[in-house]
Amino acid sequence: MGATMTNGTAAAAPGEAELRRDDVPAEPLLGGVVQTAGDRAEPVLRAGNTNCGGCGMSIGLNMLGHAAADTPIQLVIPACCGIVTAGPFPYSAYGAPTVAATFASAAAFACGLTHAARLNGDATRVVCWAGDGGTYDIGMATLSAAAERNDDILYICYDNEIYGNTGGQRSSATPLGASTTTTPGGKEVPKKDIIGIMAAHGIPYAATVSLAHPDDALRKLRYALHAKGFRFLHMLAPCPTCWKSEPAEGIELVRLAVRSGLFAVYEVFEGYRTVINVEPEHSREALERYFKGQGRFRKAGAELTEVRAQIERSWRRLRARSAESDAST
Amino acid sequence: MTTAHPDRSRAPGHAGEATDRMQLVSANHAAAIAATLAARANRRGRGFGSGVYPITPQTECIEYLCGQTIEKGQVVRVESEHSAMAVCMGFSLAGARTFTASSSNGLAYMTENVFAAGFYRLPIVMMAVNRTLGPPWNLWADHGDTMALRDAGWVQLYCEDNQEVADSILAAYRLGEDRRVLLPVLVCQDAFILSHTMMMTDLPDQETVDRFLPPLDLPHRLADRPRVIGGLDYPRQTEGHRLQHIEAMRAVPEVYREVQGAFADTFGRKLADPVVPYRMEDAEVVILSIGTMASTVRVAVDAARERGVRAGSLRVRMFRPLPDEVLRTSLARAKRVGIIDRNLCPGLGGILWGEARGLAPAGSIVQNYLAGVGGGDVRPEHITGVIDDLCARERAGEPRFMEVG
Repeated sequence: MGATMTNGTAAAAPGEAELRRDDVPAEPLLGGVVQTAGDRAEPVLRAGNTNCGGCGMSIGLNMLGHAAADTPIQLVIPACCGIVTAGPFPYSAYGAPTVAATFASAAAFACGLTHAARLNGDATRVVCWAGDGGTYDIGMATLSAAAERNDDILYICYDNEIYGNTGGQRSSATPLGASTTTTPGGKEVPKKDIIGIMAAHGIPYAATVSLAHPDDALRKLRYALHAKGFRFLHMLAPCPTCWKSEPAEGIELVRLAVRSGLFAVYEVFEGYRTVINVEPEHSREALERYFKGQGRFRKAGAELTEVRAQIERSWRRLRARSAESDAST
Repeated sequence: MTTAHPDRSRAPGHAGEATDRMQLVSANHAAAIAATLAARANRRGRGFGSGVYPITPQTECIEYLCGQTIEKGQVVRVESEHSAMAVCMGFSLAGARTFTASSSNGLAYMTENVFAAGFYRLPIVMMAVNRTLGPPWNLWADHGDTMALRDAGWVQLYCEDNQEVADSILAAYRLGEDRRVLLPVLVCQDAFILSHTMMMTDLPDQETVDRFLPPLDLPHRLADRPRVIGGLDYPRQTEGHRLQHIEAMRAVPEVYREVQGAFADTFGRKLADPVVPYRMEDAEVVILSIGTMASTVRVAVDAARERGVRAGSLRVRMFRPLPDEVLRTSLARAKRVGIIDRNLCPGLGGILWGEARGLAPAGSIVQNYLAGVGGGDVRPEHITGVIDDLCARERAGEPRFMEVG
């Protein structure tokens, strides 16, 4: 079932057997992502917004709405597709009080808001909703500082691996080989390991979120929403417009990224205890389909062998961290 | 200079009399003490928050703040000036009172968020120690750093002594938080000349400040209602928002007069006027200046009067909104106007000159002098040189750069 449902013809990559671990729960089933009577009266992302069809970020916002069903939240959104989503003054596509923060400053705005909420005994939870540009690039110093201070903030990076609302320029989250308007020949370096960076701050919680694994995603969003201190979630968010992919296939692309091991689904507590949540099959077939499903890889692309070697290295590191924290607990 | 302040020497409860409220403090500490008093006063409201980051010569101000215990308050030590202002905006958007301080390149780095605070209409108070922008690296007084922020939508006040720094900080909250204004306020002082110079300063007790500063009630604070603050505006909507900003600036002079009244009633001394005149009654030769240089100008004016020159001085204390009507009226009888700028806009000249030259009467000679640029020590003989040059002129010329060393 799930990710272990491999196609048997794919040749095992070197080291694949040892990368796989059978005692990790398999990929959970789809389901549960619909508005129900148990949800907040008003969704976080309201109907009638102008987001692109197949926007992964929109799915993420709906998941956040489910997770925050009974919790008042304030959103801090820097410059990114997420604030274009809100629509023009005086309308708002957000069913929650929202600040449109300056590009580099989401975590710092949230710092002020969350301290003020604490000083006044307000129940609200402060959530940053930021793209990869505002997180990996221009907002990195601000983000790092808020994490170092362990400010009581949930910071969610929806990562579409590109500057989306400026029309598709590379960010430091853009993967190796992807064509963008500023890397027309394909990006020559791989993306940053954002969870590695954030977990290195020793924050209470850092996790990746797969939109193709909604049960795991909702569990993490709920946990992270209510945990204290600085929590960081990294969400791979397909952007059909800039990935040049079919809008209907976004979730499938995320699933392929997970199955191939390209997008590891795991969580790190206190910067140390590492738990792998979804076991990939590390198949070449999934990786090939992931790349083939996106026009951005068509021109340059990446050598699959090179990408697989990178995946293998990152999984060895992840396994080592996971085993080490298992051994010490 | 040791000359008595023309406003304050006549003010009750001052004139150097030793009360238990008088403290020997630097202007950096005067600012921090005033900010702490204002912070504590909002314990009855939604509290106080601050993002702080060090930069010479304001560091002692935020160090002092970090040493205070503030009921219902939080000071956050951030990683940059840009974030210092962002943290203040977060606090302010949640309805808390806020304060920060910066200087020079720190202000330049903060600039995007300085504009944002103006456009969000948040009554944040910032103390700026005016310091030369680099490179080259220079620590000394120059107004170019805050004047570069003149279009950011903030009220700007420039101070002449430590007392005025403390008074202006307290007044800035009452002014900026007024519903007719709702603007951030920048309180400026000269690097080292004030920031590191200790003077006897009248610092009120908490109870008195509580009477002067009611709790902040920000009408547009982010609470529970779904809405977006700072989101997308179409051109026509931005025009509307800018028009509201203009109206808020237009309200400042009247609200400031009211604040002066309340200030005098509460603290028993005068809060300095937007434009501070000296021997202007019959003045034909008028020197405009900003900040501490005005005290030097007054010495030179006295000396010129002894030589028979009808000299006078106008100190421009409020730079935003520019008190243009007051200046126009004050200059109505002037024949020669010397505008001294401790700043330089390359390609124009002095910034005060650029703004005020059109306010002098037709036919008068208006000459710009760039003095103390980069922090040089402007002494009375330099100002006397300005007055002599101004009196000898048949017409105005290019901005004249005075090297004062």
